[in-house]
Amino acid sequence: MTMTKLQLITKGFIKDNPTFVLVLGMCPTLATTTSAINGMSMGLATLFVLVLSNMAISAVAPYVPDKVHIPAYIVIIATFVTVLQFLMQAYTPAMYETLGLFIPLIVVNCIVLGRAEAFANKHTVIESACDGLGIGLGFTLSLTLLGMVREILGTGSVFGWKFITGDGILAFVMAPGAFLCLGYLMVLFNKLAKKNK
Amino acid sequence: MVLCLFTVCLACSSVLAAVYVVTKAPIDKAAAAKTTKAIALVVPDFDSDPEESAVSLNGQEMNYYTVRKNGEIAGYAIESTTSGFGGPLTLMVGVTPDGKVYNTSVLVCNETPGLGAKCLTDKAFINQFKNLDPAVEHLSVKKDGGDVDAITASTITSRAYTLAISNAVEAFKNIKGE
Repeated sequence: MTMTKLQLITKGFIKDNPTFVLVLGMCPTLATTTSAINGMSMGLATLFVLVLSNMAISAVAPYVPDKVHIPAYIVIIATFVTVLQFLMQAYTPAMYETLGLFIPLIVVNCIVLGRAEAFANKHTVIESACDGLGIGLGFTLSLTLLGMVREILGTGSVFGWKFITGDGILAFVMAPGAFLCLGYLMVLFNKLAKKNK
Repeated sequence: MVLCLFTVCLACSSVLAAVYVVTKAPIDKAAAAKTTKAIALVVPDFDSDPEESAVSLNGQEMNYYTVRKNGEIAGYAIESTTSGFGGPLTLMVGVTPDGKVYNTSVLVCNETPGLGAKCLTDKAFINQFKNLDPAVEHLSVKKDGGDVDAITASTITSRAYTLAISNAVEAFKNIKGE
């Protein structure tokens, strides 16, 4: 089955949504989505790494012997993550501080290595870039949505813009709320994904 | 196989080295700008470059910055760390030469969002430390018999915040004594 490039990009939104349908990369998903803007930044950071690592890995895959492909891929992914870290520290220090530990943890995000293994090493550079873009956008969309829901319920604001006075339901900003929101959104997305089939 | 891994590592490390060289200056600049901004927020108007030094309080080293206006010392910005609810809580505390707390700002905060993290945004809480004279007001939360109104449901954070300030005031006494 071959997909067009557009299909490669859009499949990440619902059908192969990395968070709600593939259920990959749960650790940053739960931890960084305390607000919409944090979730979106984390998603975009992962998108950046995913596109570049997918392209680099698809380019070198034919030359890497099977025995060492995982170490080679991890080195490539770690390089892009570190590059991203330097860039964020230099140009968006405030955002770097908020996301902190979760930027270096993109290295071990299963979405990134997962796409390298499942897609990039069997496809061309262009196709892999589209796949990275699609999955990355899907991830960004999911994290922003999750962050938005938690921010609305938890603090009564959207992207930092407050529409109620006082507090929301604080539990939603903390870990239990993350699991609750994730569960309900997962139900919703799986329903949508089934319908689309 | 060895050659392949070697090549991959070599290429990756070269890329990293290049990016590091390019971003080093902006990163240092961003870090310095952040410190200067935090200092400017907590001390009165000054025209000198902040001078960094350290003072020890109960065996703990604390960094502080001295700023001057027309050669006279305008104030001290003291970095003070205590344990909050979610980890270390670091404040920049500005103390004027007469021993009053001029203003405070938070450098590192791992407090619970919506509860303790309000120490970053709760104006009523933050403003009670502006122009505070530790000789007149007792620096501890009301629950502990002091004069500080704690953030609702965040006594531990409020305690840590207050302790950081009172540590800075103590450190100031050491600076003066030196």
